[in-house]
Amino acid sequence: MKTAQKNPPAHSVHSVHKTPTNPPDILAPVREMIQACIQCGTCTGSCPNAFAMDISPRGMWRMVIMGEDESITEELFNTKTFSLCSSCYTCTLRCPRGLPLTDAIQALKRIQTRHYPEKAKKNIHFYASFLESVRRHGRVRETEFMTLFFLSMKNPFLPFSFAPLAIRLMAKGKVKPGFPSAGNGALDPIFQKARELEASS
Amino acid sequence: MKNFTHRYFYYPGCSLEGTAKEYDISTRSLMAALEIELTDIPDWNCCGASAAAAQGELLSLALPALNLAKAEAAAQASKSTAAWDILSPCSACYLNLKRAEAETARNPALRARVNAVLAEKDLQYKGGVQSRHLLDVLAKDIGASRVGHAVTNPLSGLQVAPYYGCQCLRPYAVFDDPEIPGTMNPLIRAAGAHVFPWNLSARCCGAAHMNTHPEVGISLVTDILKAAKGADLLVTVCPMCQINLEAYQNRASRLAEEDLHISVLYLPQLLGLAAGIAEEKLGLALNLAAEKDFRFETINEPI
Ligand code: SF4
Ligand code: SF4
Repeated sequence: MKTAQKNPPAHSVHSVHKTPTNPPDILAPVREMIQACIQCGTCTGSCPNAFAMDISPRGMWRMVIMGEDESITEELFNTKTFSLCSSCYTCTLRCPRGLPLTDAIQALKRIQTRHYPEKAKKNIHFYASFLESVRRHGRVRETEFMTLFFLSMKNPFLPFSFAPLAIRLMAKGKVKPGFPSAGNGALDPIFQKARELEASS
Repeated sequence: MKNFTHRYFYYPGCSLEGTAKEYDISTRSLMAALEIELTDIPDWNCCGASAAAAQGELLSLALPALNLAKAEAAAQASKSTAAWDILSPCSACYLNLKRAEAETARNPALRARVNAVLAEKDLQYKGGVQSRHLLDVLAKDIGASRVGHAVTNPLSGLQVAPYYGCQCLRPYAVFDDPEIPGTMNPLIRAAGAHVFPWNLSARCCGAAHMNTHPEVGISLVTDILKAAKGADLLVTVCPMCQINLEAYQNRASRLAEEDLHISVLYLPQLLGLAAGIAEEKLGLALNLAAEKDFRFETINEPI
């Protein structure tokens, strides 16, 4: 593994016992993607969501670079920054070092889902509900997806913020009120195999 | 027209079966009027949207690759010598298919992994069909002059603001400038309308923020609607952009403390009107923001 060679502490944790003070360097793959960052700030200046972020994109990349330290990793996953990325690819396009920034953010989202699920609650439930609808039917049933989302968030008040739009869409016959159904599971083998291969890599 | 070297599989995607029905209806009607044949991909499945990318990388490539493989198998079965492309009106679907196409082309080991997943359905993707966006096909294969020949009802005097969003432009800059796009301009002019000059045509609409971070989403939408002020209508090429720009105009107007209502149409609806296609065949009644003559005079009922 390339990263492990460049990064002896991370390597050693795989061979010795994991202890709270010596955790795996979960940011290593992302760091490898963006290590040529020169901290110029072009990404921050390009980001349409920067105004709402607690840490700027540039600051986030700095934390990834320094994130071998566990407290910084922890702090990074406490920020709203990467969950506010809407994948517009503007920063990727403009970064003078040509770094794959949007893909690196996707990688951060996946690491958060795996290692800090409680911090990504809303996004995780949103996407998981969507995929559940796909797995069941092969395609998304938009109403079912929202129902699954609300159910998994266990927040009965949430749907109210969507109610006005949902009513307008129903009036146009674009969505039908409905409850989740089991579907035919047509894509089960695809979901299973992808998960299996991903876990073994 | 028979002298086309390309033939098209049509990939509607999930949104076009639900909230973006009118995009499906109008795309099919316009293509029929332009004599472009669309062949449905047999048993197409969801491309994974943005959900699969956040959950697992291999799944996010396997779901779109499954569609590419289904199309490739159908292309082989057709025995046609033409180059087959997959035409997607939805930018998110287009990008997911493009990403699967481009990443498997550049990384043989990844292609093998993806194909190991597709083998569960007895399918393989070898790179034989390409993902194309509807706008790409309209602008590059069909072209503004051919669209112009179909125009019977020029939309004279209308100021149209073209809105591209992100995913048809970035990260794969296939058919337009990814920051200062212009492929819609000749098509709008061919329809007899004016192109409204503005500089947010490639700005992000916030995508799914309206669901996960509504306060951020509404702010992005408000900026775009403000910049489009002065135009008679906005034209989009993506169901996500469309719903973000059409559904929250009351909220945006309240936030900005000014009237930001504007008609928002899909590009094939605009071109279809100019080509004299009946409104029902363009699904115009399904739009959430489309005034009769496209000029909003008053604020409609608040949401
Ligand atoms: S634009 Fe690229 S090089 Fe500049 S700070 Fe951002 S990531 Fe680093
Ligand atoms: S891709 Fe994400 S981080 Fe980059 S500019 Fe767009 S929203 Fe900001």
